[in-house]
Amino acid sequence: MTWALLSRAVQAFLVVVAMTVIVFVGIHAIGDPVDVLISPVADQAERDRMEAAFGTDKPLWEQYRNFVREAARGDLGRSFVYNQPALGIIFERLPATLELAVAALILAIVIGIPLGLYCGLRPESPASRVIMATSILGFSLPGFWMGLMLIMLFAVQLGWLPSTGRGDTVSVFGVRWSFLTRNGLEHLLLPALNLAMFKISMVLRLTRAGVREIVSMDYIKYARARGLAPSRIVGVHILKNIMIPLVTIIGMEFGSTVAFAIVTESVFAWPGIGKLIIDSINVLDRPVIVAYLMTVVVLFVLVNFTVDVAYTALDPRARRRKAA
Amino acid sequence: MSALAFPAGARPRAQSPWRQAFAKVARSKSALAGLVVLGLIILAAVFAGLIAPQNPYDLVQLDIMDSSLAPGSKASAGFTYLLGSDPQGRDMLSAMLYGLRISLFVGVGSAIIACIAGATLGLVAAYAGARVEALLMRLVDLQLSFPSILVALMILAVLGKGVGNVMLALVLVEWAYYARVARASALVERSREYIEAAECLAVPRWRVVMRHLLPNCLPPLIVIATMQVARAISLEATLSFLGLGVPVTEPSLGLLISNGYTDMMSGKYWISFYPGLALLVTIVAINLVGDRLRDVLNPRTLQ
Repeated sequence: MTWALLSRAVQAFLVVVAMTVIVFVGIHAIGDPVDVLISPVADQAERDRMEAAFGTDKPLWEQYRNFVREAARGDLGRSFVYNQPALGIIFERLPATLELAVAALILAIVIGIPLGLYCGLRPESPASRVIMATSILGFSLPGFWMGLMLIMLFAVQLGWLPSTGRGDTVSVFGVRWSFLTRNGLEHLLLPALNLAMFKISMVLRLTRAGVREIVSMDYIKYARARGLAPSRIVGVHILKNIMIPLVTIIGMEFGSTVAFAIVTESVFAWPGIGKLIIDSINVLDRPVIVAYLMTVVVLFVLVNFTVDVAYTALDPRARRRKAA
Repeated sequence: MSALAFPAGARPRAQSPWRQAFAKVARSKSALAGLVVLGLIILAAVFAGLIAPQNPYDLVQLDIMDSSLAPGSKASAGFTYLLGSDPQGRDMLSAMLYGLRISLFVGVGSAIIACIAGATLGLVAAYAGARVEALLMRLVDLQLSFPSILVALMILAVLGKGVGNVMLALVLVEWAYYARVARASALVERSREYIEAAECLAVPRWRVVMRHLLPNCLPPLIVIATMQVARAISLEATLSFLGLGVPVTEPSLGLLISNGYTDMMSGKYWISFYPGLALLVTIVAINLVGDRLRDVLNPRTLQ
């Protein structure tokens, strides 16, 4: 167990290192920041001074070494646009994105699991067929278009919910949250639903498949034969056994939810890191792009590592397989 | 044993497994509907120049007096804006037909290139020895552990807009799926007797791979490719919506939707709605066919 944990940790670290190289080289390919920032009338001396200030006069490997040294200290440069530390800007916007992603996952669980249970237990009922057919839409609908349609229906036509922004926020420990006010919750609902739609379909299908597999098992027949209440069979014997793969996959999906928040945030003008990265790419704000990518990569690796460890700890079969 | 496992020596009947598969796909009602709709969509896209009431990118044909008309309005040029017009007075139906062409071209093109590149790397991984295999498969794992949209975004941030760049980004996002599937099925197939027999006959390695191994690895690759076309079209639309995909001079469906974003807030829904609907119908049709293909080509359900 300790050995497996250690090897996973080393792997996670290597992924982060590999990504710093890819991000660094990729960002280099975009172009020289000196070309973007320098005045067109500047002479060679001015240019040399600027290159020295950015460190772009040094060979690439030395620049990379400096980049890693600075990054380890938490310094990923200053944004060209905001003239603030790039990492600071990311962390200022991160809570909004995390709030949105967590809300979406909660919706996926609260809606997906009960519907999946129903479809798994009554696969032939007309309601199940309708739910399953609708879930194909959940997979096929391009997220941004569905977001637009949600705005059109609930914000423009019906006027029930606001279309853009975060609404009123409450500050807790210096971080602003929307979900603590009624107005903020109203602003959160549509973007969260939009981001959750794909996950709802996925959770629903996974739950259904798991339930259908387990229902025909001998121990479920035995539980029925013993005369246990159906609620107990579903709640304990079925649900508990589908939970392990489900929780693992939902955990793994957290990273992709944060990534796809880019789309939802752009549609709903939600002021998180997803909207920030699109704005930054459009104005070529390199430090912010780098800071975003590094933050997301570390977030990803951390989440996947945690889920992997939790899965190994929870599922005895996985533990044995890993040992073998 | 299925017919698919013995294509060698079955040259005169080489068409038959595919024709069989097609017949089986068409037997499902939903897949047949998907196939018909898809056929119509492809025809509409290919012949966009003939059926569109207007060439939406010929500025001479646009009339600014016709801007943002509701569906069904009469154009000053005489025809009817069946699906309305955009702020430049462009017929939405025509714009969609031309946009569909670009969406399909990018989606299908990137899927084919990714399939060839990925399958080649997958076969190389299966045949080239442990070190190359480990390296390639680690690369695949690394790639697949990051969401496609993030990878595509990074690539386009580096390369900039453009139809070619979007296709390159999609290929770089998708190759890993094909590589994984190609390697897995190649590993299964190469231990079969017919490969052993071919090797005993001293058939050259490349010939064994190309003529015997590859045809038998194709069914799962075709299923993946079908599904990936739908994903590629959707991803391209998303990237274009975010302003990082195709340029304004070659608008795909995604860019048309993006253009209508601000008008939608003032109730002019048709500029975003209809291109999105076209996108949705295309993706659903491809997925229906793909779902059925998976059932038909799955060796476990073939018997």
